[in-house]
Amino acid sequence: MPRYAALIYGAEPTSEPDPQEWGIVMAEYIHFGETAGAAGVIGAGEALQPTTTATTVHVTGGAKGGDVITTDGPFAETKEALGGFYLLDCKDLDEAIAWAAQIPGAWHGRVEVRPVIDFGENG
Amino acid sequence: MIDQLEETIRIEGGQVLATLIRLTGDIDRAEDALHDAAVAAVEEWRRHGVPDRPGAWLTTVARNKALDRLRREVQRAPREREAVRLLDDDMGSGGHGDGDDRLRLLFTCCHPALNPEAQIALALRTICSMSTVEIARVFLVPDATIGQRITRAKSKIAGAHIPYRVPDAHELPERLLPVLATMYAIFTAGHHAPTGAVDARVDLADEGIRLGRVLVEMMPDESECTGLLALMLAANARRAARVDGAGDIVLLADQDRSRWDATAIEEAQALVESVLRRGRPGTYQIQAAIACLHGIARTAADTDWPQITELYRLLEMRTPTFVVRVNHAVAVAESVGPAIALMMLDGLIGTPAERWHLYWAARADFYRRLGDPNAASAAYLRGLDCPCNDSDRRFLQRRVHEMSHRAP
Repeated sequence: MPRYAALIYGAEPTSEPDPQEWGIVMAEYIHFGETAGAAGVIGAGEALQPTTTATTVHVTGGAKGGDVITTDGPFAETKEALGGFYLLDCKDLDEAIAWAAQIPGAWHGRVEVRPVIDFGENG
Repeated sequence: MIDQLEETIRIEGGQVLATLIRLTGDIDRAEDALHDAAVAAVEEWRRHGVPDRPGAWLTTVARNKALDRLRREVQRAPREREAVRLLDDDMGSGGHGDGDDRLRLLFTCCHPALNPEAQIALALRTICSMSTVEIARVFLVPDATIGQRITRAKSKIAGAHIPYRVPDAHELPERLLPVLATMYAIFTAGHHAPTGAVDARVDLADEGIRLGRVLVEMMPDESECTGLLALMLAANARRAARVDGAGDIVLLADQDRSRWDATAIEEAQALVESVLRRGRPGTYQIQAAIACLHGIARTAADTDWPQITELYRLLEMRTPTFVVRVNHAVAVAESVGPAIALMMLDGLIGTPAERWHLYWAARADFYRRLGDPNAASAAYLRGLDCPCNDSDRRFLQRRVHEMSHRAP
């Protein structure tokens, strides 16, 4: 069965979120987790800490063994940041799109659906 | 024999390929199998003659070829195993696939996850067996661009597992618009072939109408779907009168209207009236209404040009493309006069419309009617610089010749 990464993008809060709003969003995510979990679709899923906690790592020279450069922040500064992801096991893209449309991030921001490369069961 | 093979692939290739895609689950694999079958046909048909049902022969042989290839790959992945199962199951049926394969393929090509421009290109390539060169003519873009669009779309279908199925009833409305656009492109490629003689691919006009009927049956409440079927029927009704014995184009005004298909026009007219009553006009319904107004005019002089002009004005408000603008101007030339029509086309100077031969043909005609054969001749010549089919080319050449005999 094909696997898809559902990458959740959205605006990052600039201030402490309103507890009530936060509670609603959390309830939405819990509902999604229960529904999709019961359908056996979720292979994995994580929520990420904000990009203010991100560190970008690059090894110079284009080969292993170069200098390790660490930079504060995400690799690309954009208005919408990756906030979390699910791995969804679906029979085809239509099913993956249908599930992605139920992830709360789809209405609070947007969800990018990307097929995961299948290196083969024997590989 | 080779001619018959080419003819079979041209006319039935879309059906054969659609069946193979359903069975193998992959467009590239289906194309490879069809290619293998065509190579086998060269040898087989030469030795044993052309089979009674060449299309069915190609399907069966291609299916076997696909199965051979797949069996060699079968260890790889569950997808291949699934394809082998489908191919094995299908062997017993001995059928030539059904029309639904092309419908499924149409929906796959028009999947919303694909770029809209790639959708139509891929459909013309697979369902209509058109070459990238022919498709490039349809879009007025370079061949390489079309090749890239098709390659990208095919790899996305395979990589993202875009399904090969007709959507469920509740999903149909939101999937409809690209399907209608693609179906109309299929019909148009048949109604006005991009290369060769203008009527070289009338089979595609028939296929467009066939798909249109299937979709109207599936979605009787979708007015635009019915509108498109009416448009295709009304346009196609003029088929027999559009080309003369020598294969030259006969303009609408000069056509022998007794050769129009009155039954098809009546059907189109009834469909248009039924959907317009619903009060949700759309671009296909408007175009169908225009085509029907032409269809019911007993003579060219009887044509209700003011009404047609008004419909084009409404159409242009909805879809302000250069094709609509040119057609609108042609109607204005009839209802008002060529001078104002020419002014309407001045806005298209320096736009991509200049790559469209019928833009130049319209300009030239307005100059001709304004008594300026030199300007007309120059415009016809510009039209000849654009890509167009052989029939249109001969028409433009004829007009250039006529103008040179009229020039002072």
